[in-house]
Amino acid sequence: MGKTLLHKTWEAHSVRQLASGQTQLFIGLHLVHEVTSPQAFQMLRERGAKVRFPERTFATVDHIVPTDVTDRPFIDSLAEEMMSTIEKNTEEFEIPLFDINDRRQGIVHVIGPELGLTQPGMTIACGDSHTSTHGAFGAIAFGIGTSQVRDVLATQCLAMDPLKVRRINVSGALSDGVYAKDVILHIIGLLGVKGGVGYGYEYGGDVIDSMSMEERMTVCNMSIEGGARVGYVNPDQTTFDYLRGRPHAPADGDFDRATSWWESMASDADAVYDDVVDIQGSDIGPTITWGITPGQSVSIDGVIPELGTLEGDERKSVQEALDYMGFAEGQSIAGTPVDVTFVGSCTNGRLSDLREAAKVAQGRKVANGVKALVVPGSQQVSAAAEAEGLHEIFQEAGFEWRGAGCSMCLAMNPDKLQGDQRCASSSNRNFKGRQGSPTGRTMLMSPAMVAAAAVSGEVTDVRTLMN
Amino acid sequence: MDSSSVRKQIVGRGVPVRGADIDTDRIIPARYLRTVTFENLGDHAFEDDRAGGEHPFDDRRYEGSGVLVANANFGCGSSREHAPQALMRWGVNAFVAESFAEIFFGNCTTLGLPCVTATAADIQRLQAAVEADPEQEITVDVEARVVRFSEGEFEVSIPNGVREQLVSGNWDSLGQLLDAEEDVAALAAGLPYTASFAVS
Repeated sequence: MGKTLLHKTWEAHSVRQLASGQTQLFIGLHLVHEVTSPQAFQMLRERGAKVRFPERTFATVDHIVPTDVTDRPFIDSLAEEMMSTIEKNTEEFEIPLFDINDRRQGIVHVIGPELGLTQPGMTIACGDSHTSTHGAFGAIAFGIGTSQVRDVLATQCLAMDPLKVRRINVSGALSDGVYAKDVILHIIGLLGVKGGVGYGYEYGGDVIDSMSMEERMTVCNMSIEGGARVGYVNPDQTTFDYLRGRPHAPADGDFDRATSWWESMASDADAVYDDVVDIQGSDIGPTITWGITPGQSVSIDGVIPELGTLEGDERKSVQEALDYMGFAEGQSIAGTPVDVTFVGSCTNGRLSDLREAAKVAQGRKVANGVKALVVPGSQQVSAAAEAEGLHEIFQEAGFEWRGAGCSMCLAMNPDKLQGDQRCASSSNRNFKGRQGSPTGRTMLMSPAMVAAAAVSGEVTDVRTLMN
Repeated sequence: MDSSSVRKQIVGRGVPVRGADIDTDRIIPARYLRTVTFENLGDHAFEDDRAGGEHPFDDRRYEGSGVLVANANFGCGSSREHAPQALMRWGVNAFVAESFAEIFFGNCTTLGLPCVTATAADIQRLQAAVEADPEQEITVDVEARVVRFSEGEFEVSIPNGVREQLVSGNWDSLGQLLDAEEDVAALAAGLPYTASFAVS
């Protein structure tokens, strides 16, 4: 009987079974950022502990980084304190830090893959729920809390309960104007925001197989929004081609040996799954969230749900979302006016995302009254985009071209919504208040759809703007 | 073992926080994560939800409550431990809900905060009873997997391993990971990516 990649990776990293019944799991790569680590380092200090595997630990700064004025000290004294704290901690504990003066800096889930740190068959942990992104490479990547960051720093291990595996097949092909973001929003809409609790999601099928690594990252990134702590794609030639030549990827002869091992870690053809879900790619349209959870979404030609058929808690949830978002039941999503648009984040802040948005922006102008931000996911993404002239396309069209960071995905830096502004966003969460204003309203969509909303001033089917 | 870490039973008054999918951004808005400690987070728990003044955390009848009673998928979203830290520092010692998001559940366990689940009907009963009589004492009996309140009791679920950790007082995850140094070193050395194509 075959095994899944998750099971094989789990076994390869299993140190022992703990008295609690949990597995002590070795973590091959620990990524650290400024927001969830300071308390962990302090706990380490209080216990007199060291970082057990500093060579498997890499730190960067992303959440609080300003994307306009990055001179030190930062204008925000709290952000400055966090920055100087991670500098102090990484120096004291001898961990490499990719800070804002380092060209390797960027959103932790963008730079891990970009630097070749993220590899198939590896266990990865980071104090951030979107660590699931790294699963695109066939890694098992966990988002963890700060006490667990402490655990990984001190022991390079986590105490974990086993996961079930749900295989999600996306068959056929996607229509023009439909992107990886639409695929994952569609999956979450179908299976629900808590449908994945207790599962790892294995994504496969023709649509996933033909995706680039960046597209696979978008899909895996939002696994957690469906309740699944990890999501992954089996490694294949696309994965190996991406990794070859990256700074931390195996070099020369090692690469071929690595490829053999990576291939061996992929799920067996006769692997047994705890659940299987089949989705047709042709059923997926440009998808937009209308509510306050990533599961509350609709296709661009669809309407917001009617309350009539809903009962109990579901009715209450929909009513709460309608009230917050200022929508009427049964209303069309297309034509919803927007105040702000945001292209960026660990979900959709990579070069291919910026290219798709730029295609829509080219030769057009941001609509009057709309504030449009483009925030590259890393300094390398930024440099690559500038080498292609994407920044000029955006600036010409009236978009603000910013520096790398998490920015308005969660608004821990100065980029925030004001009041009840409505934002078309390529990020991952439309929770109440997520983008920095307690009454701000977020609509999630693909980067191309965000650009379409920016130039139209309203939610627009990007397919009508494509040649 | 310090007996103060044992979590067999949590006894306290209840605070009902109604609604499905209450995410960690709502529990502690991201702007309060700009801190290098967890110390003052309790002051900001549910801050934006409380802007209307009608949140149970602002209802004086629930002051001093230790048992938070929630609905489905409580704590979804971000992995921020700041969320359970904020609730713990506000005074919550245990959670009873229809279901929890996985990372939130794990973060609570590492802080010694039991999260037990019950049916939607039992949660509704408990929330209504607490609203009718906020002074009543609720017992979250982790060991017996039962919640007792003014109208009786109902069964709750908690995974065996987590229950064992809480009941025995061994929920400090670092404590249980530390004493396998040789095994960890051996496993690490044998992994293909450390042996022949190491991250360098």
